[in-house]
Amino acid sequence: MDSSAILAEIPRLRRYARAMLGDRATADDLVQDTLERAWSRLHQWRAGSDMRAWLFGIMHNLRIDQLRRPGLPALSIDADDFQVPTRATQNDQLELRDIESALSHLPDEQREVLLLVALEEMSYADIAATLGIPAGTVMSRLSRGRERLRLIMNGEQASARLRVVR
Amino acid sequence: MNPLPITEADLQAYVDAALPDARRSEVEDYLAAQPDEAGRVRAYMNQMQTIRSAFNPILDEPLPANLSALASAPPTAAVDGRRRPFLARWSLQRIAAGLLIALVSGFAGWLAHDRYPPAESLARMAPLPRRAAVAHAVFSPDVRRPVEVGAEQEDQLVAWLSKRLGTPVRPPKLGALGYELVGGRLLPGNVGPVAQFMFQDASGQRLTLYVSSENTPNQDTAFRFAQEGQVNVFYWIDGKFGYALSAGIDKGKLARIATAVYEQIEHK
Repeated sequence: MDSSAILAEIPRLRRYARAMLGDRATADDLVQDTLERAWSRLHQWRAGSDMRAWLFGIMHNLRIDQLRRPGLPALSIDADDFQVPTRATQNDQLELRDIESALSHLPDEQREVLLLVALEEMSYADIAATLGIPAGTVMSRLSRGRERLRLIMNGEQASARLRVVR
Repeated sequence: MNPLPITEADLQAYVDAALPDARRSEVEDYLAAQPDEAGRVRAYMNQMQTIRSAFNPILDEPLPANLSALASAPPTAAVDGRRRPFLARWSLQRIAAGLLIALVSGFAGWLAHDRYPPAESLARMAPLPRRAAVAHAVFSPDVRRPVEVGAEQEDQLVAWLSKRLGTPVRPPKLGALGYELVGGRLLPGNVGPVAQFMFQDASGQRLTLYVSSENTPNQDTAFRFAQEGQVNVFYWIDGKFGYALSAGIDKGKLARIATAVYEQIEHK
């Protein structure tokens, strides 16, 4: 792993982290943690393999670790079960701003796949390898994430994220 | 030859331009005939475009210094001085927390064992006076319906409660002490039904006898006294029966009544 190669990946890691987390500072913190962990686990990187996928995998695992940390335990209700009417759709001019808010209303696992496809243009197989999930799961998360995002953008579905505190 | 049916996976892959040419034209034929599906696919493609437009500008932002610094291997000092101690601190804290929990648990267990030699039987009987006192506090002030079955139907009361408890139960006779039976009721105990008999003296002072039949045999106890708020309780366990006599009268008077109840039950 050489510096120029990793330097080239940092902007992409930041873009993905920002899209994933929404908040700039939190996203950059995640990128920093990712890079630090990457350096400390350099021996695990097989030369010649795809460094981007390796880094995204590290970032994914760090995020899973963060989510597992104790906090108020909460889980997203599957919004498919809740069809709550909301106000009519916004205009197209607002779409750019809305996409961030709409994305934040997707379950993490769907947003993750959707962003790797949209921003990183990774193949389904690479995503499966990066996230450590079966290819079929990538496909179903992508399909459900896209459909839910479409409904949210159309204002057809509650954009409030319902959470259940156990 | 008919093409394979178009699946959801085909549509997703079409959005992502991940289909072989031949399959892509089949999907296009399908979409041409399915305007709703075509609309959905268009929406998905727009999504991709919108997401890219929204986040691609981040690629051109100048890198924060702390991140660009990490493009090269952090100096050993940085790795050792920041990352590793951070982890080590966590690990140490976790180990310390684990040890503390183990120590506290062990010590608490030892304490509990030492303080309550028959810890198990105490755990079983401790709730008895409390349950009896609560039942007393709930029902004894009730003017109109203190009991479910009145003393005028004592035979029925005895038959009913005996049947429900699955064992003969009978209210003691406390007339000699000035207390007459008012009646009784069935209550939920820890695992099954329990009975409550209510007595009243000429002044209207009430006492209740709580009888449970859900105790483990061979855990007999002598009289014990408990105070739950305004309610004094004498209780004892005899075989599978637990008895608790509750009233808002003083301990000495209650003890005399409890003794009478005990003797009647023993010599029935």
